[in-house]
Amino acid sequence: MRPPPLISLQGAGVRYGATLALDRIDLNLQRGDRLALVGPNGSGKSTLLRLLHGLLPCDGERRVHSLQPEGRLPKCAMLFQRPFLLNLPAAWNVRVGLWLRGVPRAEHAERCATALQRVGLARLAQRPARELSGGQQQRLALARAWALRPDVLFLDEPTASLDPGAKREVEALITELAADGITLVMSTHNLGQAKRLASRVVCLDQGRLLADLAVDRFFDGASLPEAARLFVKGELEWAT
Amino acid sequence: MGHLSARRWLLCASLALAGTAFTLAPVAVQAQEARFIVVASTTSTEQSGLFAHLLPAFKQASGIDVRVVAVGTGQALDQGRRGDADVVFVHDTAAEEKFVAEGFATQRRNVMYNDFVLVGPKADPAGVKGKDIAAALKKLSATSQPFVSRGDKSGTHAAELRLWKAAGVNLAAVKPAGYRECGCGMGPALNMAAATGAYVLADRGTWLSFKNRGDLAVLVEGDTSLFNQYGVMVVNPAKHPHVKAAMAQQFADWLVSPSGQQTIAAYKIGGEPLFFPNALR
Amino acid sequence: MSVLSESFATAALLVTQADGALWRTVLLSLQVSGSACLIGAGFGITLGAALATYRFAGQRLLVMLVNTLLALPSVVVGLLVYLLLSRQGPLGALGILFTPAAMVVAQSVLVVPLIAALTRRLLLASLAEGGDQLRSLGAGPGRTALLLLVHERFGLMTVMLTAFGRAIAEVGAVMIVGGNIEGVTRVMTTTIALETSKGDLPLALALGFVLLAVVGAVNGLIGLMQWRGARTPAQAFG
Repeated sequence: MRPPPLISLQGAGVRYGATLALDRIDLNLQRGDRLALVGPNGSGKSTLLRLLHGLLPCDGERRVHSLQPEGRLPKCAMLFQRPFLLNLPAAWNVRVGLWLRGVPRAEHAERCATALQRVGLARLAQRPARELSGGQQQRLALARAWALRPDVLFLDEPTASLDPGAKREVEALITELAADGITLVMSTHNLGQAKRLASRVVCLDQGRLLADLAVDRFFDGASLPEAARLFVKGELEWAT
Repeated sequence: MGHLSARRWLLCASLALAGTAFTLAPVAVQAQEARFIVVASTTSTEQSGLFAHLLPAFKQASGIDVRVVAVGTGQALDQGRRGDADVVFVHDTAAEEKFVAEGFATQRRNVMYNDFVLVGPKADPAGVKGKDIAAALKKLSATSQPFVSRGDKSGTHAAELRLWKAAGVNLAAVKPAGYRECGCGMGPALNMAAATGAYVLADRGTWLSFKNRGDLAVLVEGDTSLFNQYGVMVVNPAKHPHVKAAMAQQFADWLVSPSGQQTIAAYKIGGEPLFFPNALR
Repeated sequence: MSVLSESFATAALLVTQADGALWRTVLLSLQVSGSACLIGAGFGITLGAALATYRFAGQRLLVMLVNTLLALPSVVVGLLVYLLLSRQGPLGALGILFTPAAMVVAQSVLVVPLIAALTRRLLLASLAEGGDQLRSLGAGPGRTALLLLVHERFGLMTVMLTAFGRAIAEVGAVMIVGGNIEGVTRVMTTTIALETSKGDLPLALALGFVLLAVVGAVNGLIGLMQWRGARTPAQAFG
């Protein structure tokens, strides 16, 4: 029997004023998923991501279920395309994250150091965050999120603004985190990335869910609805 | 988040503390001094420089600091009514007597007088030069020469209005063609007259110490109706119990005493006395 | 204009001769306006930050009110504070009318709307950039405000400098509530006003130059701090 999902959406819709950003989405996020949200611009990927994280209100139902066997609600953290880092040293940015989540003061130093070590920024800990390169900033944001020991990590086009070298570094880190057991939900317009990192792919178009398949079934093309297949075909030419 | 070294924190904190202490110092100091009185007086008296000459002498005699707030006569009397001053020292006898009648002071006493002068362009286009102010004003009203009025309910303004009335000119009905009310003090009025070649009624004290004369000169003086009487009143503690009545009384008494009167008489600019003590007459 | 050059020469003379009375007046100006900015900062920054990050009923009205108060003439502030501190007024018992304390109160009232409006604008820019992300990290409006204030600390310095400039340059408020009492509440601006009305225009202008030089020095000092802060942040943070 399938274990209960972590987060489930039923008939969930999101409106921005008169615009319907998401239209009656049914989705269950399972523990251990590496879920990629793909689709053209404006399809609602970012909105769905924020909805799953709980940043937006919705019509319909969003439920968060307890982790088994821990018996507590899952902790979530999110990474954005352009990370907002405070005008402070890198380490302080990680500590702010810990402070905001109410992690006991005594644990701050150790967690911060470990997180920076994990993403390879330990020697840049005292450098002002704003002086770091794009890739380093995204790694710092990852450290900030990872220090919180999240169960679910949401990523909103995390490498879209990065050069290829930085992109590889960040992708490698994401893969490592997934290997540690963190559930991933990632929106991306890069199908190659989806192919590399995801275990499951959801395709959206104009707020509607077109397809929800395991990654290999998604990319072999046969089981895709027409609209989704066209999208995939068009995008794959550009996938790197 | 303790990455700042203790030394840096200490430095920043002590700088901030020093800075705050520095800025707030005068506010704290004020709370200590109690041996002072507030005297509401007029801008013309202040600008003549009389207080710079008079107050040190009083301080030496009594040890009391006098803080002069110099505003227009109307405002000075208002401050007295509100109890924001301990002494009122202005030059508008009618208004002062009303002040006493209202109970805000128990008496008014003469201190000194100076006179007003009619000042105007040296060339005197309106031809008012002489010793008769009423005739001069009448002549002026017939021309369109500019005349600056203070228009601020000051003692000088009140005197000016009385003189127009005595000259038979009804300002309420029709103002002379060049009449301009600036709503300002004596100095700004003189500035305006100097800049526009206008006539203006000034007190001799301000005129003698005024530095921006331009083309102006005294045209009419010596008329007895140009007499400008100064009076002093202690604000009534019955109306305002917080008034420093004892020290205020000391000041008022000193002004009319022989030594105070002599100090007033001794104040001169260019050898000319500005004020004539008349308390004992 | 010969008046300008004469005034400039007088100003230089005043500064080099280190006239005691002049420096006492300058000191008082700095103290009064400095205190007012400190107090104004306490209220103004809090208000501005709250207006940026919190959502509450009547917020838009309050923002409009603050922006309107920016245009409050200093003489009106002086009058209002005078009526407040007058013996017949509600705070008359404090007895601080015609003392530097009253001047500090008046200038604080003057700068609070300015600081609040500028702080709000400063934070709104950062809020647009990162408000979402801070919220996703678990920050409520209060903590968001605090973090953004730290984030924008150099911008805040500029806000405070602007407020200081407004305070030290005004004459209407301190004239009314201070009374321009010689040696007690006479500051640079009221001295300039007095000398002007006495007709001593060159001296008034010279004093104006001295005031400009003093404010310029303060600006330069803060600018230096900002420059250092931006150039060597590693050292600045120990």
